[in-house]
Amino acid sequence: MENAFGQPQNVVVLGGSSDIARAITKKLCAARTHTVVLAGRNQSLLDEAAAEAREYGATSTDTVLFDAEDASNAQRTVSESFEKVGGEIDLVIIAVGLLEDQFKIENDAAAVERMMMVNFTWPVVALAEIRKRLVAQGSGRILVISSVASVRVRRVMYLYAGAKAGLDRLCDGLADSLEGTGVSLQLLRPGVVRSKMTEGQKPVPFTTGVNEVAENVMKGLASGDRVIWSPPLLRYLFMVLRHLPKPVWRKIMEN
Amino acid sequence: MSRTTLSGWGRTTQSIATLETPRDEDDVARDLNQSREVIARGLGRSYGDAAQLSGGVVLSNLELGGVSPIDLDGTISVGAGVSLDELLAFSIPQGWFVPVTPGTRQVTIGGAVAADVHGKNHHVDGSFGAHVKEMRIVTPAGALTISPTSDAELFWATIGGMGLTGVVISVTLTMMRIETNQVRVDTERFSDLDGVMAEMLANDMHYRYSVAWVDCMTKGARMGRAILTRGDHATRRETNKPTLTAPKSAKLFVPFDAPSGLLNPLTIKAFNELWFRSAPKHQVGEFQALSTFFHPLDGLRDWNRLYGRRGFVQYQFSVPDEAGDTVVQAIKRLSSSGVPSFLAVLKRFGPSNPGPLSFPIPGWTLALDLPVGPSALPRVLDDLDELVLGASGRIYFAKDARLSPEKVRAMYPRLDEFLAVKNRVDPEHQLASDLARRLDLVGS
Ligand SMILES: Cc1cc2nc3c(=O)[nH]c(=O)nc-3n(C[C@H](O)[C@H](O)[C@H](O)COP(=O)(O)OP(=O)(O)OC[C@H]3O[C@@H](n4cnc5c(N)ncnc54)[C@H](O)[C@@H]3O)c2cc1C
Repeated sequence: MENAFGQPQNVVVLGGSSDIARAITKKLCAARTHTVVLAGRNQSLLDEAAAEAREYGATSTDTVLFDAEDASNAQRTVSESFEKVGGEIDLVIIAVGLLEDQFKIENDAAAVERMMMVNFTWPVVALAEIRKRLVAQGSGRILVISSVASVRVRRVMYLYAGAKAGLDRLCDGLADSLEGTGVSLQLLRPGVVRSKMTEGQKPVPFTTGVNEVAENVMKGLASGDRVIWSPPLLRYLFMVLRHLPKPVWRKIMEN
Repeated sequence: MSRTTLSGWGRTTQSIATLETPRDEDDVARDLNQSREVIARGLGRSYGDAAQLSGGVVLSNLELGGVSPIDLDGTISVGAGVSLDELLAFSIPQGWFVPVTPGTRQVTIGGAVAADVHGKNHHVDGSFGAHVKEMRIVTPAGALTISPTSDAELFWATIGGMGLTGVVISVTLTMMRIETNQVRVDTERFSDLDGVMAEMLANDMHYRYSVAWVDCMTKGARMGRAILTRGDHATRRETNKPTLTAPKSAKLFVPFDAPSGLLNPLTIKAFNELWFRSAPKHQVGEFQALSTFFHPLDGLRDWNRLYGRRGFVQYQFSVPDEAGDTVVQAIKRLSSSGVPSFLAVLKRFGPSNPGPLSFPIPGWTLALDLPVGPSALPRVLDDLDELVLGASGRIYFAKDARLSPEKVRAMYPRLDEFLAVKNRVDPEHQLASDLARRLDLVGS
C-alpha cells in the first residue's frame, strides 16, 4: 500500500528502461518501494534497470517484454505485469514513448503510424486494462508521462507533440472518470530532459536532468496534483505561452 | 452493502471498500464466511489506514451496541460499537469513569481494544487492555470468549492487534469509581525540555494523570518549552459543587476543508505562542470538568479538516527510560528542519502489557501532529524512525500512516509470535487492512 506521502510499495513501470522511468524508479525504491515490475522491449536494458532498482532498495523485481509498436499486446502486457507483482498495485507508470527526427519521417506513412502507436494508441489501450484492474482493487495511482510539448504543438515536432497532446487531453477526462473509485491519475509534463531520447537536440532553456524530474515526481505524488510540471516553473510559463498570438509564439519558439 | 471511500482521521490515503454494518455475532460470522478479506472499523479515529481495506469488506462495528448494568465492583459488559462518549454518558451519573481514555471520547470500545489505547494515567493504570476481563470475538475459525485465563494467547494478541485477529463483538471491563465530574489540576510552565522531563520523572507518580504539551517550533534556549498539567479525580469533599453530570456533545464544527496552506509554519508558531502565554506559570488545585481535562478537542467537531485536503500525520513513538535523550533529539531534529508541528504531547509510560504488539514501553512517549506538505517531512520522519529504533523504541500503529515493514519488524521483536496466533485463527489470511498490507502484518 502507498503511505501518507504517496510513496508506493508495489510499482509497475511500462517503458521501464527509459531514462526518466529509471530515475523515478530509483527514487521510489530509495523511499518505500519494494516490489517493481519493469516492462519494456529490450531485455538487457530491463535487467539493468531491475538491478539498479534492487541496488536502491527494491527486494523483488521482475520484467516483462513487449513492443509498443503493436497495441494488440497492451492488455496482455498489463495483466502479466500485474500478476508478477502479486499483491495490490500502488502505482502504474506509463513511460512509453518514441521521439524521431520529424524532418526525416513526416512524409513516411508507416513511420507516422509508428509514432502514433507508441505515443498514443498503445498507452491508451493499456490504460483501459489498468483502469479496470485498479478500480476493482479500490485504490492505486496511475502516472502518465506526457510532455510540455503537448501543451502547444510546434511545427518541428508536431507528430510527437500531437500524439502526446492526444494522450494528455484524454487522460484529463480519464482522471475525471476515476473520481470516487479510490484510483487517481496524474500527468507528468516534463520540459526538455537530457536523456537518450533527446541526445543530439540543441539545448533549450529549462532543460533539466532526469533526477530533477524524479524529484518533482516524488513531490507530485505527495501533493496529489493532477498535473506535475518539471521544472515547476513551466506551469506558469505556459500559462502565458499557450495564449500568445500565433506569430509571436512561432517567433519565440523559432518554428 | 455499499462501496464507500474510507480514510483515517489524518485524511491522507483513501481507499474504496464494501461497507457492511453487521448487527450481531451471526452477521459478522456470515460476512467473514462470504468475503475474501475483511477488517473491522469503529469511529475511524485512528490517524492512518488501520480501519480501511481497499477492494475488501469493512465491517462497521457501530451497530454492535448494548451496555449492561454496572456491577458493584465496576464490572460492565459493553458492545464493541459503543463509543466512550456513549458509555460515559451512561456511567458518569452513576459514579463510574472509564479506566483509560484517549484524548477523545469519539472512539469505540472495539477500537480501544484493537489499539490498546493509553491515557494520561498509563504510568499508574496501564493501557485499556489491562482492564479488560473478557471479550467475545468472531475469528475466521469461529466465535470465542477469551480472557487472560481462557486462550490468553489470543486474548493478548487481540489487545493491540489492530483488528487482525478477529472482530470483537463485546467486551467486559472494570470501570473506575469517581465521586464527582471534576478533576483537580496542577499546571506548571517550563522554559525548556530538560526542566519538564526532570519534574515528570520526579513527581508524576504522585498524580494519576499527567501530560505535558511541548513547543517544537521554538529554536535556541527556549527549545522545547512546555506546559505540564497533572491531576486526580476530585473527591466530593474537595469540590464545593459535587455533581455527576456527563459531558455534552460538540456543537461547533468545521464545515469545509480549510485551504491547504492555512496551517503553515507562521500560523502554527503563532498558535503555539498564544497557547504558552495563556497558561499560568504555576497554578495548583484548579478544578476542571472531566471533558475539559481529558477531551479538550472534542469541543470542535471535525477539527481534522483544518489541515486541508492533503491532511496530516501524527508521529508517536515510545522509548525506554534510559533513552530519554531521544525525546530531546527528536524535537531538535524537528525544530531545526523547519517542519511545522503543533504542540507535541509528552507522557510517561508505565509497564507494558503482555501483548506481543503492545506499544507502551516503560519510559516516555511523544506524539506530534504534522501537516502533510513540506517536502522535507518524509525524510525527517524516516530519520526519526532510525533514532527511535536506535533507542529500542517503537511507533504506535493507531497513529501511523508512513512506517515501513522492515522498521516494524525491528521495533516489534515479538511480531512473529503475533503472526503465529493470527495464523492459527485466520489460516487463510482473511483479516487484513491497508495498514496490515503496508506493514506486512497480514501473514503468509
Ligand atoms: C483527537 C484524538 C486523540 C487521541 N488520543 C489518543 C490517546 O491519548 N491515546 C491513544 O492510545 N490513542 C489516542 N487516539 C487514537 C485512538 O484512540 C485510536 O486510534 C482508537 O483505536 C480509535 O478508535 P475507533 O473506534 O475510532 O477505531 P478505528 O479508528 O475505526 O479503528 C482502529 C483499529 O481498531 C480496529 N477495530 C475497530 N473496531 C473493532 C472491533 N469491533 N473488533 C476488532 N477490531 C476493531 C480497526 O480494525 C483498526 O485497526 C486519539 C485519536 C484522536 C483522533
